[in-house]
Amino acid sequence: MNQPSQMVLAKALGQAMRAALAADEKVVLMGEDIGPLGGVFRVTDGLQAEFGTDRVVDTPLAESGIVGTAIGLALRGYRPVVEIQFDGFVFPAFDQITTQLAKLHSRSRGRLRVPVVIRIPFGGGIGAVEHHSESPEALFAHTAGLRVVSPANPADAYVMLQEAISSDDPVIFLEPKGQYWTKGDVDLAAGPYGSAAVAGPAVTQRFDTLNKARIAREGDDVTLIAYGPSVATALKAAAAAETEGTSIEVVDLRAISPFDMATVNSSVAKTGRAIVVHEAPVFFGAGGELAARITEECFYELEAPVLRVGGFHAPYPPAKIEHEYLPGLDRVLDAVDRSLSF
Amino acid sequence: MPAAPWQPSALTAEPLVQLVDHAGQRRVDDVSAPYEPLARALDADALRTFYRDMTLTRRFDEESTSLQRQGELALFTQSKGQEAAQIGSAHAMRPQDWAFPAYREHGVLLVRGVPLRQELHLFRGIDHGGWDTEQHRVHLNTLVIGSHALHATGYAMGMSRDGLVGTGDPTKDEATVVYFGDGATSQGDVSEAFNFAAVNQAPIVFFCQNNQWAISVPGELQYRGPLSRRGEGFGVPGVRVDGNDALAVYAVTKTALDKARAGGGPTLIEAVTFRRGAHTTSDDPTRYRSETEEKYWAERDPIDRIVALLKAEGAWSDSFAARVQAEGDEFADELRTYVRSLGRPDPMTMFDNVYTTPHAINEAEREWMRQYDASFKKGGSR
Repeated sequence: MNQPSQMVLAKALGQAMRAALAADEKVVLMGEDIGPLGGVFRVTDGLQAEFGTDRVVDTPLAESGIVGTAIGLALRGYRPVVEIQFDGFVFPAFDQITTQLAKLHSRSRGRLRVPVVIRIPFGGGIGAVEHHSESPEALFAHTAGLRVVSPANPADAYVMLQEAISSDDPVIFLEPKGQYWTKGDVDLAAGPYGSAAVAGPAVTQRFDTLNKARIAREGDDVTLIAYGPSVATALKAAAAAETEGTSIEVVDLRAISPFDMATVNSSVAKTGRAIVVHEAPVFFGAGGELAARITEECFYELEAPVLRVGGFHAPYPPAKIEHEYLPGLDRVLDAVDRSLSF
Repeated sequence: MPAAPWQPSALTAEPLVQLVDHAGQRRVDDVSAPYEPLARALDADALRTFYRDMTLTRRFDEESTSLQRQGELALFTQSKGQEAAQIGSAHAMRPQDWAFPAYREHGVLLVRGVPLRQELHLFRGIDHGGWDTEQHRVHLNTLVIGSHALHATGYAMGMSRDGLVGTGDPTKDEATVVYFGDGATSQGDVSEAFNFAAVNQAPIVFFCQNNQWAISVPGELQYRGPLSRRGEGFGVPGVRVDGNDALAVYAVTKTALDKARAGGGPTLIEAVTFRRGAHTTSDDPTRYRSETEEKYWAERDPIDRIVALLKAEGAWSDSFAARVQAEGDEFADELRTYVRSLGRPDPMTMFDNVYTTPHAINEAEREWMRQYDASFKKGGSR
């Protein structure tokens, strides 16, 4: 039995790539500044020194070029793991991702596979400048053929990134940049490539994090559904509500496309109340889709309408007022009160 | 003083490799001289094969256009006039090389052995790419302009990674050819592909068929710098070739491919040609093209040119021409019958291959559709 190691989420992601690089020579990391610099957030720190410039490739600064050539490499049998430097910079590659990457498997009637992982630091709250704090997940989740996932803690980050790399489907891997420095326990033997990271027997446990949600906290009165950075907010809200005698269950979706409706439904059936929390604008967002499905599937269990807490239908604001835009503790608790008032 | 005959500026702007003029006479000058031995090495049989492939490609064009007019195809993208560019370049490839086409490279597909009738699945609405890409080493058609230039570049980078470049073994070394038009050179993806290919010294040939028009937009409204020099700033040398001269295209492409396979990196070829047909069957070139221009290019038709060459060199016979004609007739007949026989795919297949492993939403919708469909069958109607 391996002892879990304490590490921050950013480090867990780096360790996941390290394990994948060690286990599978077809894994190639590509992106701007991921080499000697280790990425702008140092997520790939040390990987080029360890695996060489052929496996950890500093590319020209061209998002469409990075994703487009990754598609070509994937067609050739490689498993490219691509880093886009920030959420707001993914759009030059949006065409490659949505019209090409997402569809080649289907267009070829299953003959072609394009196992590309696109890592994108996403979300706000770090006081960054324009285009550095956005949440584009709905745009990708709306595209059939892509899997869209976001981990909320270091242990999941470690396993989920490995599962994304080992998946034959293209995966949009959204890294909650506001949580990069959150510490937690990580079992380095876990995950499909984990055994390459530590000496010892291969771990056979299947996590299936790309399909299965996680109950981050159990409760009876209200279900908060969140993913990525909003899980931390939901957990804080649950802790605060407990002091007032409200018992909140937190579902960490992990995956947005597909989301695990079975776990969501059983939690909502138990509590009778559901609130979706995400940083992205509420309008046409993932919360709308979840709310509609919960209404369809749990109509008779619901004690209140499904509520949504998220960003506004406005461009992400300047950093000095981003906390008024982001769904913080107070807005979540306000929604909890509204739900309980029905 | 009589006005000079009309000539497209594309033909006069930069040096052009041409080895056979439009009257079918071999010629050589300083620019074309390095390529002349490769063209000379083609024997009469090879030249007759060029003619045969160009003729069948045009026949495919004509039949497919008719099928579209009869309502059997939703759309068709014609290649009439570009046969020399396609057949010449495709014959320069080795079996182990890969082609990444746009959507009018019917001649390339023919040479690579892709059954052309399978290409019509796309236009018939049967599927989005009906052939086995690995078997023929031809990627699927790409309709988003220029996006496949990056796929081809990444694929070529994979060839290098696989150690299949510069081994010195001609049966092993590989290269990629990506086809696009003059319109695509305006796309960022094509420029990004030049850059990535140069940085990685990828074994790739960028084959631009400058057919003078991006739908209705002419060259002078598309670009100012010569296209053959478009790659230079990225470190991709360019060659400009008469795209209606199959021999010159063959020689120029073979030179670029041999260089790429040997580890010499990418080349951009601008094949100056003319799209004699429409952009697609939905287009109407009479709205934007002059008869003068069409007449000029009709006189430079690539098939007429190779016929003239074969005749000039005593490699033509009426029996050979009749054989190719008969082959074309049979091919066209089969094509018509095949297209009309194509049924409708099972609607449930739309849920197949969206993901490689089950995806809950996709599976749930598949199941919903199955039950919905079954509910009609129970009642015996629909």
